[in-house]
Amino acid sequence: MSSSEVTDQAGRPEQIRAVPVRRPGRWIAAAIVLVIAVALIRSVATNPRFEWSVVGNYLFDARILEGLRVTIELTVIAMAIGIALGIVLAIMRLSPNPLVSGASWLYIWFFRGTPVLVQLLFWYNIAALYPKVALGIPFGPAFVHIDANTAITPFTAAILGLGLNEGAYMAEIVRAGIISVPEGQSDAAQSLGMTRLQTMRRIVLPQAMRVIIPPTGNETISMLKTSSLASVIVVGELLFAVQNIYSVNFKTIQLLIVASIWYLVCTSVLYIGQYYLERYYGRGATRELALTPLQRVRLGLTSIRHGF
Amino acid sequence: MGEPMVKAESVHKRFGRLEVLKGISLEVLPGEVMCLLGPSGSGKSTFLRCINHLEKIDAGRLSVDGELVGYRQVGEKLHELRESEVSRKRAEIGMVFQHFNLFTNMTALENVCCAPMRVRRLARGEAQEHGRALLARVGLPDKVDSYPAQLSGGQQQRVAIARALAMDPKLMLFDEPTSALDPELVGDVLQVMRRLALDGMTMIVVTHEMGFAREVADKVVFMDDGVVVEAGEPAEVLGNPRHERTRAFLSKVL
Repeated sequence: MSSSEVTDQAGRPEQIRAVPVRRPGRWIAAAIVLVIAVALIRSVATNPRFEWSVVGNYLFDARILEGLRVTIELTVIAMAIGIALGIVLAIMRLSPNPLVSGASWLYIWFFRGTPVLVQLLFWYNIAALYPKVALGIPFGPAFVHIDANTAITPFTAAILGLGLNEGAYMAEIVRAGIISVPEGQSDAAQSLGMTRLQTMRRIVLPQAMRVIIPPTGNETISMLKTSSLASVIVVGELLFAVQNIYSVNFKTIQLLIVASIWYLVCTSVLYIGQYYLERYYGRGATRELALTPLQRVRLGLTSIRHGF
Repeated sequence: MGEPMVKAESVHKRFGRLEVLKGISLEVLPGEVMCLLGPSGSGKSTFLRCINHLEKIDAGRLSVDGELVGYRQVGEKLHELRESEVSRKRAEIGMVFQHFNLFTNMTALENVCCAPMRVRRLARGEAQEHGRALLARVGLPDKVDSYPAQLSGGQQQRVAIARALAMDPKLMLFDEPTSALDPELVGDVLQVMRRLALDGMTMIVVTHEMGFAREVADKVVFMDDGVVVEAGEPAEVLGNPRHERTRAFLSKVL
């Protein structure tokens, strides 16, 4: 074979156009998946007992939307408490002071070791344990007296239960992020005269974020769904709103579908947020910044226009 | 020249049961360049880290510019310095690491400007102007906006040198600055260090670059197994070593 056969007129090597390997397994798998999908869609669409019109009627019902608002509020506040608490607990856990790290360990042990539903019920009934809460000097005079029964509304109980529980999980996630940053980074920061706190805040935590964000996104999605447990302590969130309606009209399945649709919408939005957060904190980790889906589509379009 | 910049008297350091430094005594005068040589595990890097208190010494006295490192002497007693005081002293000592340790989430310029802004409270504009000048000085005026992952090892190390210089240190510590570099990148880094020495910077360099030690150092110290085996002018120690251990080491690296 002469070399002229592998190069074109300009002397560049010719593009390889080989016959692809046949993959019969893929065709069989595709056929099976297709059959199952069609059967599923057909049954969902044609089974009259789904009563899709009922689903449609309730999807934007004011009571449902109010429940959705409470669900989102619960998720956001509980996650904010969880993340803030998690950072503090993680830094405490890595402290050289054994008392401080021990306290953090004990907190994580307790709140991870008991079910979140038990904790929710516990906070809901806290007034039985402490009917009055007083703010003041320990063992001394008190300045403010709070009646626990009125202060701990179902909503506050849910926030406390979900947030404090989340803090324990976030602490472990943040700690994993912190110890994933090489020690040389703190050495360098400290040799430049930064204090331990500055090093943590300016150098270690921003780099730890790359490791912290994916599981935190996971936790947020999980929190969105766990917040439905608050319905047990009569917080008017999405599941509670749905239950209220179907306990009257008995359209149980239809309303649960409505709730599922909203949960899916919310988690999808969170997916997108997580993608962009990961991209932001991935700066410097790779040579090229990953393209956003929008940029990828645009690039695809231009390459099609230029005929590849 | 009067007071030494660095003065070590019988410095001891142990990690658990392993004694790494077994009584190091040496002096570095202002403007002097001292090269620390020796086989790995001889305690060179540990000693360097003791000088800016990244490691605590267990016995002996170590002082920089006439002040004890990490302690204050009141009468007969030593008092530990508070963290802020330790940090303030570290800010005056530049350190360059074997593995560069650039902040990976920051561009070259951000790396250089970070400490002046956070520690010295310099305004952003002023810090950036100074930072650009420093990056130009180490030969990287066009890499201002590059992230460390986009730079070669030699370029990263030069950014690391610029970052240390941004704090206007009175002493520079180099911990095997060229050991992690490809051979063809070593020259650029050594060139920057050579110029720094000519400008009168006081430097302590842990290195295996015998050519650099011979050419630039005012003093060469050969360490082995936690003690100073031999110290003196480079021509003397490298050319005519008196000690058997020095001779054995040099015959392997030269």
